[in-house]
Amino acid sequence: MKSPSAHSQLPTRRDFLKSAAGASALALSIGFEWTASTRRAFGAPSPGPFVPNAFVRIGADDSITVIAKHLEMGQGAYTGLATILAEELDADWSRVSVESAPADAKLYNNLAFGPVQGTGGSSAMANSYAQLRDAGAKARAILVSAAAKEWHVPVNELTVNKGVVSHAPSKRRASYGSLVKTAITLPVPDTVTLKDPKNFTLIGGRPARVDVPSKTDGTAQFTLDVVLPGMLVALLKRPPLFGATVKSFDPGPASAVAGVVKVVQVPRGIAVVARNFWAAKLGRDALQVEWDDSHAEKRSSAAMMDEYRRLADQPAPSARKEGDARKAMGEASRTVSASYEFPYLAHAPMEPLDAVVKLDAASCEIWTGDQFQTIDQANAAQAAGLDPKQVSIHTLYAGGSFGRRANSMSDYIVEAVSIAKAYGADGTPIKLQWTREDDIHGGLYRPMYFHKLEAGLNAQNQLTAWRHVIVGQSIMAGTPFAASIKEGIDPTSVEGAATIPYAIPNIAVELSTTKAGVPVLWWRVVGSSHTIFAVEAFIDEAAHAAGVDGFAFRRSLLEHQPRMKAVLELAAEKAGWNSGPMPAGKGRGIAVAEAFKSLVAQVAEVSVDKEGNIKVDRVVCAVDCGTPINPDIITAQMEGGIGFGLGAVLHGAVTLKDGRVEQDNFNNYRVLRMNEMPKVEVYIMPSNEAPTGVGEPGVAPIGPAVANAVFAATGKRMHVLPFPKLGVA
Amino acid sequence: MSTTFTLNGQSTTLDADPTMPLLWALREVAGLHGTKFGCGMALCGACTVHLDGQAIRSCVMPLSAVAGRKITTIEGLQSKQAKAVQAAWVALQVPQCGYCQSGQVMSATALLEKNAAPTDADIDAAMSGNICRCATYTRIRAAIHSAAQSIKA
Ligand code: FES
Ligand code: FES
Repeated sequence: MKSPSAHSQLPTRRDFLKSAAGASALALSIGFEWTASTRRAFGAPSPGPFVPNAFVRIGADDSITVIAKHLEMGQGAYTGLATILAEELDADWSRVSVESAPADAKLYNNLAFGPVQGTGGSSAMANSYAQLRDAGAKARAILVSAAAKEWHVPVNELTVNKGVVSHAPSKRRASYGSLVKTAITLPVPDTVTLKDPKNFTLIGGRPARVDVPSKTDGTAQFTLDVVLPGMLVALLKRPPLFGATVKSFDPGPASAVAGVVKVVQVPRGIAVVARNFWAAKLGRDALQVEWDDSHAEKRSSAAMMDEYRRLADQPAPSARKEGDARKAMGEASRTVSASYEFPYLAHAPMEPLDAVVKLDAASCEIWTGDQFQTIDQANAAQAAGLDPKQVSIHTLYAGGSFGRRANSMSDYIVEAVSIAKAYGADGTPIKLQWTREDDIHGGLYRPMYFHKLEAGLNAQNQLTAWRHVIVGQSIMAGTPFAASIKEGIDPTSVEGAATIPYAIPNIAVELSTTKAGVPVLWWRVVGSSHTIFAVEAFIDEAAHAAGVDGFAFRRSLLEHQPRMKAVLELAAEKAGWNSGPMPAGKGRGIAVAEAFKSLVAQVAEVSVDKEGNIKVDRVVCAVDCGTPINPDIITAQMEGGIGFGLGAVLHGAVTLKDGRVEQDNFNNYRVLRMNEMPKVEVYIMPSNEAPTGVGEPGVAPIGPAVANAVFAATGKRMHVLPFPKLGVA
Repeated sequence: MSTTFTLNGQSTTLDADPTMPLLWALREVAGLHGTKFGCGMALCGACTVHLDGQAIRSCVMPLSAVAGRKITTIEGLQSKQAKAVQAAWVALQVPQCGYCQSGQVMSATALLEKNAAPTDADIDAAMSGNICRCATYTRIRAAIHSAAQSIKA
């Protein structure tokens, strides 16, 4: 199989030669704009391709090209989108490839949160399922009609298998490619009948990922790999404090470095534009900049956390109120309370942020792993002084993102555009490359939060009251999504907490939103990256106080939540929850979460050695994500989510000292490594419900499951993240 | 200044600053893009290549240091171990975002070229320098075992 975006955007020589239709694929793909005239133009060369809608192109050579409106950043979106469409099309999977859609909020709107073309909230499958089934089924209907027309037979006598239409009575067969020239003359039907899910062959099967071969032999194209004629490389020196600006700078020493072409000032700092990365790096190292710190954030994160602690005792807007939690707490026979502290977290995707921009007086072309195409298009246009229509975006693979590439400031793209503009907007392609230090220092972190919880139990050890106060910055404030903030509640600050699933008669969840000069952003699984930890660690403390096992306690409170109860039970059963106590120094913990409408339960088994080192040995994960589109990708996303979340709770923290970020690279912003990865078993609940997301939900329960396991092993609760070294803190 | 060494079996002379890290010389001078940049400080393994058969981090190796030596990148992998590793990577669907995977394949290949039957502890020792932010670690481990098996068979 051809690698999907390698040939969709910038073919390597190898891909180019491999591609049967090399030259024409290239001509059609680069700068491809979806317009009526292009669509007509596609019909012009003889024959085909057949382009029944914005999501698929069928070539006379039997190639099926699925147009992906979502970014492929590792989550398997390209394969999932192609699977849905190919299923209804009855395509031959081996002929399916994927290319990225051009930015277009109308055609490629994210139906989950648009009008925006963007990827996030684990929404790619959920918002595309009906859309791509329809697109595939309509394409199939036209191709079948084309065969009926060519053979003068009724449509209902035709069958399709793997892209071949057959007429059994006359023993005639035709591949989709051979029907293209007739298909392009036929109208698109208004309605079409979709398959009965029991006849699915690709959905729920294991079609191989379309991107794996090129990601195994090194030919996959990332932004890092883009080379355009005459391209220069830029590194940007940004202020050391958030909110600081350039006071003065001396370009001399940087300009003197061999290979440096220009030193330019842009709103975010001073850029060194050079012939290659190394020259840009040496030039930037040599730069002398004086900063104006007068409006900068100069606090330390520890001082901010002190303030958050105080705020947790002040009245705050209500995110959920049921019964009277305060009164019930007063009447409880016993109460327990705890607080949890969460640090800022960097996304640290493996590919440091990068973007290539080619800007001239009338157009701006952008190559990047773009996660927010139409927002980025608008921001780029504004930075360039152009109309959004003059900005075209080529979406490449992103080497991870975890939310970082979807930000409404389009920070890294706007930087690249502003550098190209300051350079002269003369059509010279410029690649802005962030280093890992730029990434760790660069802000747009998962916010820091303080959580305070209190629970009341009655004489029968039933949970009667629950109070939860959350303190931290808003992700949505000041963004185009700020309208989601209602009565002081940013839903992303409280999701998972305000939506606590347990049957408790008196619940109060409050949110105190803070302001800080540190820019923040959603981070994989968003609010549930902290709320689920607090809820699931604390419900365990409540269970312990009640003298009830953590699994049984949760289960008894989920009678009205059958899907959640079912994943909880499945995880517990597969993990052998009731198989008896674990040896000394080992423990089991459980947690469950709903995130982006998917339900995930995890059981973690840990060992804690004499020095207090925590090793997670095994994680059993049960997930209900509605109709499983590709079980192997679901499994991979659970495995990856567990590793990602585990790295954060064991090691992850961005801290500030007098406003300055104290971490720089993977030495002091630690992430999970091979030797720390547990064994993972994933069980997927069979379901015919509409599909829901899997890219993020697996992250949510792992932290509390491990914390609860550590308690089982040691009797110590984890109230500060990342986990302090046991016996030390 | 030019530096001459063997790159993927071919004698190659690159005209570049001798202090330039091999990573950038490979990428921007030789035009080989499979080797990736992740940290620039020998902390992540994305830039792993083979120097005389050993896995090394090309981001901290000055170009001048490879004069007269043999460098193999993902583009030049030929050994039966490399082929087995790549086949296992595809069979087990290891990559997610894929950005770290050239480095992972290079480290895994170097491991199998020295150790035909690595244990989990051997894999931890050889692979813990290669970060995967997508955390494909369980599949990497399984794929290394499976590649070792397939070579034996
Ligand atoms: S880029 Fe060389 S080890 Fe990270
Ligand atoms: S596959 Fe994404 S970093 Fe490894």
